Amino acid sequence: MSLFASNRLRGKLIVVEGIDGSGKSTQVSLLSHWFRSQGYAVAFSEWNSSPLVNKTTRRAKKKEMFTPTTFSLIHATDFADRMERYIVPLMKAGAIVCADRYAFTAFARDVARGVNRRWVRNLYRFATRPNLSFYFRVPLDVAIGRILGGRDAIKYYEAGMDMGLSRDVEESFRIFQGRILDEYEAMAAEVGFHIIDATLSIERQQQQMREIVIRELGDSLKNGVLRIAPGDAHATETAARVF
Amino acid sequence: MLLKQPLEFFSEPLPGVDPAELHGKLLVIEGPDAVGRTTQVAKLRQWLEQEGHAVLDTGMARGALAGKGIKQAKEGNTFGPLTMTLYYTTDFADRLENEIIPALRAGFVVLTDRYIFSIMARAIARGEDRRWIEQVTGFGLVPHAVYYLRAEVKHLVSRVVLGRGAFDYWESGMDMRFGNTMFDSFVRYQTKLIHALDVMAKKYNFITVDATRPPDIIFRDLQQSISNLDIKKIRNVPRLNGLVRVNGPNGAKRPRKHS
Repeated sequence: MSLFASNRLRGKLIVVEGIDGSGKSTQVSLLSHWFRSQGYAVAFSEWNSSPLVNKTTRRAKKKEMFTPTTFSLIHATDFADRMERYIVPLMKAGAIVCADRYAFTAFARDVARGVNRRWVRNLYRFATRPNLSFYFRVPLDVAIGRILGGRDAIKYYEAGMDMGLSRDVEESFRIFQGRILDEYEAMAAEVGFHIIDATLSIERQQQQMREIVIRELGDSLKNGVLRIAPGDAHATETAARVF
Repeated sequence: MLLKQPLEFFSEPLPGVDPAELHGKLLVIEGPDAVGRTTQVAKLRQWLEQEGHAVLDTGMARGALAGKGIKQAKEGNTFGPLTMTLYYTTDFADRLENEIIPALRAGFVVLTDRYIFSIMARAIARGEDRRWIEQVTGFGLVPHAVYYLRAEVKHLVSRVVLGRGAFDYWESGMDMRFGNTMFDSFVRYQTKLIHALDVMAKKYNFITVDATRPPDIIFRDLQQSISNLDIKKIRNVPRLNGLVRVNGPNGAKRPRKHS
């Protein structure tokens, strides 16, 4: 499967994927703390966070200006900016880059919105293939329970309200997230996800992730990846601040 | 003069658009920077309106969604080539879906200053993959006619120097530093753009117009050609590799993507 160009840079790329409420952000944050505590240079990149693009995205969301195509393209633009300006240079320098959502989010979400599967895969062809991709598998009801319990309002596009699935936000959210879930499940084998059962305890999930990292990347982390000499406390602190 | 003709997409049907409903005409003016496109678009608009046509004119980075963001990105120093390609494509998609297609539905003549071909040429000039960008912009509608205002670089240089009096950073491709000075970079970058457009001219059946002549003469040529647009010519518009005909000759509707 040659969806993306493989990573030939010094650094590593680790991504987490899953529907809203799967707990992936918590897990990737714990994983980066773990890398940092061992002195690795860790960078973190979040979906939809490019300073060059996300003002446009925010404004267009607020004004409900998106179509499925422009929604897809603006997120690809945001992603391209983070790749060109942040992820690739830092990986060249030897950092471990942890990405909270990656191109797979677009594959799931944009297709759930009606964008052509082949077209959106081609759109992200410039992406680097991650060294590890974790997928947090969670039943729809569990994820929805976490979302509804945790914050006030579900946003318009998050709920897929632009697709006219239902007038009721919660109902629309349920249908839309269900479709996204189906897309994730359908691509799991194609893209080689490491699947984590996101109904397990936070500690247990984290333990599994670390085991997979050691098993899959263990030796390769020793060569090339940027690391602070053990015991250099000042440097560790600096690294944590910079990245 | 202008005819009704079902439009079609290059390779990727847009969700929710039935080309059979598009009764307007889509005319594209393409060409490198400083070749005189804007002057011609203004003249054509005036003439077409005098002839009784409703006209929409549109151009790059003028969309409500992404226009402002692109302008701001160009003011900074961190606008990468892929980001630029995709930002412009976002703007194009926004204008296509929210301006061009509604105008075509209403029977307008849409006059567009640049189209996906400029986005592709800029991407190719920056070393991006040709097939990638062709597919990314494949949701564009095949225009009724593409007028390619063509001139050699030396002509563009004299237009820039005599007209505006200075080279522009982006028109010189300085983000890629094709040369040490703005002049050197302009010459190399515009040469690449012209080459990319020349290659497309054959593939997409551009009508090439010699843009080194006086504006009035060019305008007369364009007027004549637009007046003569006939159905056979339009039907012969070539397609991209693997183009999907979304709307068969019998007007059959394409299947919906999401039910």
